[in-house]
Amino acid sequence: MGWWCEGGAARRALESKMRTDSPRVDSVMAGERAASFTKRSIKSSAKASGLRLALSMVDLTTLEGKDSPEKARSLCGKAMVPDPEDRTLPKVAAVCVYPNLVRECVTALRGSGVKVASVATGFPSGQYPLEVRLEDVRRAVEAGADEIDMVINRGAFLAGRYDEVAEEIRQTKVACGRAHLKVILETGELETLDNVRRASDLAIRAMSEVGVRHEHGADFIKTSTGKVQPAATMPVTLVMLEAIRDWYERTGERVGMKPAGGIRTAKQALHYLVMVKETLGDEWLTPDLFRFGASALCNDILRQLRWMRTGVYASGYDQSES
Amino acid sequence: MSERMTVLKTYKLFIDGKFPRSESGRSMEVRTNAGDVHLCRASRKDLRDAVEAARRAQPGWARATAYLRGQILYRVAEMVEGKRRELAEAIAATGGKSAKAAKGRKTLSPEQEVTLAIDRLVHFAGWADKYAQVLGCNNPVAGPYYNFTVPEPMGVVAALAPDDRPLLGLVSVLAPAVVSGNAVVAVASSTHPIPAAIFAEACATGDVPGGVVNILTGDRSELLPFVASHRDIDGVIAINLSAAEGATLRKGVAENLKRVSIHEGVDLADKNTCEHPWWIEPLVEMKTMWHPASV
Amino acid sequence: MSEKDNGVATATPKAGWDYAPAPETVKVSIAAKYGHFIGGKFVPPRGVGKGEPSHFATINPANEQTLAEVAQGTTADVDAAVSAAEKAGRAWAALPGAERAKYIFRLGRRVQERARELAVLETLDSGKPIKESRDVDVPLVAAHLFYHAGWADKLPYAFPGRQPRPVGVCGQVIPWNFPLLMAAWKIGPALACGNTVVLKPAETTPLTALRLAEIIEECELPPGVVNIVTGDGRTGAALVSHPGVAKVAFTGSTEVGKKIAGATAGTGKKLTLELGGKSANIIFEDASIDQAIEGIIAGIYFNQGEVCCAGSRLFVQESILDMVVRKLRHRLGSLRVGDPMDKNTDVGAVNSKQQLATIEKYVRIGAEEGADLHVGGGTPTGSNPWASVNGGFSKGYFCRPCFFTGVQPAHTIAREEIFGPVLSVMSFRTPEEAITRANNSPYGLAAGVWTDKGGKIFDIARQLKAGVVWMNTYNKFDPASPFGGFKESGFGREGGVQGLRGYVQL
Repeated sequence: MGWWCEGGAARRALESKMRTDSPRVDSVMAGERAASFTKRSIKSSAKASGLRLALSMVDLTTLEGKDSPEKARSLCGKAMVPDPEDRTLPKVAAVCVYPNLVRECVTALRGSGVKVASVATGFPSGQYPLEVRLEDVRRAVEAGADEIDMVINRGAFLAGRYDEVAEEIRQTKVACGRAHLKVILETGELETLDNVRRASDLAIRAMSEVGVRHEHGADFIKTSTGKVQPAATMPVTLVMLEAIRDWYERTGERVGMKPAGGIRTAKQALHYLVMVKETLGDEWLTPDLFRFGASALCNDILRQLRWMRTGVYASGYDQSES
Repeated sequence: MSERMTVLKTYKLFIDGKFPRSESGRSMEVRTNAGDVHLCRASRKDLRDAVEAARRAQPGWARATAYLRGQILYRVAEMVEGKRRELAEAIAATGGKSAKAAKGRKTLSPEQEVTLAIDRLVHFAGWADKYAQVLGCNNPVAGPYYNFTVPEPMGVVAALAPDDRPLLGLVSVLAPAVVSGNAVVAVASSTHPIPAAIFAEACATGDVPGGVVNILTGDRSELLPFVASHRDIDGVIAINLSAAEGATLRKGVAENLKRVSIHEGVDLADKNTCEHPWWIEPLVEMKTMWHPASV
Repeated sequence: MSEKDNGVATATPKAGWDYAPAPETVKVSIAAKYGHFIGGKFVPPRGVGKGEPSHFATINPANEQTLAEVAQGTTADVDAAVSAAEKAGRAWAALPGAERAKYIFRLGRRVQERARELAVLETLDSGKPIKESRDVDVPLVAAHLFYHAGWADKLPYAFPGRQPRPVGVCGQVIPWNFPLLMAAWKIGPALACGNTVVLKPAETTPLTALRLAEIIEECELPPGVVNIVTGDGRTGAALVSHPGVAKVAFTGSTEVGKKIAGATAGTGKKLTLELGGKSANIIFEDASIDQAIEGIIAGIYFNQGEVCCAGSRLFVQESILDMVVRKLRHRLGSLRVGDPMDKNTDVGAVNSKQQLATIEKYVRIGAEEGADLHVGGGTPTGSNPWASVNGGFSKGYFCRPCFFTGVQPAHTIAREEIFGPVLSVMSFRTPEEAITRANNSPYGLAAGVWTDKGGKIFDIARQLKAGVVWMNTYNKFDPASPFGGFKESGFGREGGVQGLRGYVQL
């Protein structure tokens, strides 16, 4: 089936090319650069507009075994009207759920513009036969998902079977059809920034090779499932943004970025926006190209906006749970 | 019994591992109790040639392992040991008593001076692979960096021997400079140069790479201003210079910021004063390196 | 707050978002007029010649407004300061090291406590961004004091086999690029080793040193242990040539350094010099490229490039030259130039009108010699290169970060120290070529090397004639890490155990 099965010298040559193609990353210096974004002082109007922007980029997420249709509907309500007391606020970008809840969300969100994203490919471990993972994708798309968040085969990646990883991404991309694909690298399991960069380059190239172009938005690379620690961090996201920038400069193709997991506060969200702005430019500051995978973040942004609007600190019960 | 004519030797300069005459053709005469001895009298152009030879030789010498540098310096000590008698006679011949000892200092017999010089060579030979451990260090900086400081050779060092104790003085300025990877242009005692010329022969037969040690005999006061102003001399070491000579040398600092270290009031016979790594320290540059430490 | 107030017109924001002004809000009080700090108290200048001004103005280079009047130190002031230091010297040197240490520790702690005030004052007087004075200068000041405090009772361990003794009165002349930090670099080791000090801050940046004098008073250092005399070059010359000064420490230009070397020759004074540089930053094709770009940026644009160890010569391996230039241009676009008191400013004001003129001279020379100028934010260069670098600022001394490509080794901008945010980019093909070209300079202060290959980086670092070599990083400073140059970048080290050497007799 896959040409990666052919084995032999050609495969090894290609895989070793993959190893050396990606630039190396010095983690200390990358960490310092990432930390420098947190030194930006975002005040007054910049803060207000930044928080609204961040809100519009949220993939409001619930990924628990106990998720129910009821919870999905409530999540969709919040996605469309994040704060009933301030109807000027933007809707979030998407809700992100397990495949079983996609239909429920599609119904609840119809006509709102809020997208339905579904994790698939045997999320979060991906430890299933490829056929099962692809079927997972097809069913979620069939159920109406606009976006598919897949996990890469970390086992294959860490074993150096890069072509296998790439081929699985290509097949998943094909299975997505018109749905947008987000490739989760699960950076917490890749451990090093060198691996993060290599996996980013690999995923970006694989998605591009399928040759499906979207009218709006793009395919994404994404840090984490949220089930593994550490999840999204500033240095990891920076390295992925740099991969996106280099690809854009080489090919003119835009790839989106989604840090997920661990971004809980409005302040953190602003740091990420600063990083996107200064690494990729204002062009990427749109939900079409940047998302936050988060659950608690939304409420903290709302709390901050409410404080800015009223001068009163909110209580926990002022927001619905997300 | 017919009287045999002695074959008189004119001592030559030691430049680039060879023994040339002075380009100026000049020589000097030193009165000894065994008759007058002729030596080449170095000119400023000989100094220039010696500096050029030293500059060429220095990178290779610096690159040699510390172990090898120590071995070679020790080899020089062995060669000097072999010339012990010749050297003692030369010291005795010009000064009779290894020069006048300054007030309050031990007098040395010529034999004692040679012994001390050999021991000093051995002492500094032993420092070759150790001084970096004493003068250098790791620095615990506040961050994820590996940071360390290592002494590196300064480059071309001019070593000015004092007039008295001509062998021991020469060895005292030369050994710390050579052992630390510098190439040296030494200027011998003006008044008692013969032991230096013999020492040059010990260097030549002692595996010292050509140009690493250069020894000029002549009039120090003539050469001094050119040593001071030479832009390709990185450092100077001297012992017991006169105040005026010291000032001339230090004026040269303004030319290229060469490092001048003048040891004053030194009792050359005193091991405590003359044998420690702080003689090497002014002849090395401290290089500090940073590298991030993280996967 | 209404929607309009938020500056957001639509519910779904469009691409495009910028930072609002974020001015530092802490206010500091500055006296209208300052005297010298001699013998533990502030005193008016003495011995001022007839018709000569006793004070001069120190201005804020960001808006050219006068901050305060400071005293122009006369020879009489220098005399008084040196004799106060001599007088205090005996008791200070006799104090047990552990006691001296506690005074210096106390200074460090007080600097930490007054950190924000010092940072604001530094930015006002020097033009450097508040972000740097707050996050770099002032924290390092405290760190230097803490580091050296601890040495005071441990000096024999620093010099195995020797018994270090103090030198005496140290005359210390410091520059305007890191005013308070240089004061700490000088005072810390001098005091720890049992010396007393007469410090002369730079003419354009005396205010933080004078504030340090207040802190010294507050910490009850014995009077005369530290004396601060303000003034211009004449005051500095009087200090270094004063017969009561046993040790001269100077940080500044190579030109002045050489003069001082000439002036102290034959006087028996101990001398350390930390002078100029034209440091090479070498980027190999196998470097971590995005981090190397950050290193280049930090290397040349930190503190407006007014850094003696600035990586002002960039050598890029030819195979990645185009990529590096593209990435540099991109990165230049995100550097924010302007009000130093804005917390988001990356590049503040150049320290003085004179320095701005120097930078202008070199930018013009660079263009005239045929190099191509690149300015941040895609600013077109046009026929007047200086206008694209400096244009658009109504007041203050500003200069956009920029770089030249197409620079030849013989070009003036590749050889002379500019001391501004101007980078010369050159290329090389082989490691040997890189080393030869990097070392082809009378200077030897610092260097940077970028490669992911361990063996290569150590070999290159070993061959570079520079006192500090940053491998895969640049412009890092720490009190435990000695700093200082080879060749005409000066001699002696500051910081680390090696930095103590200039302040002791063995």
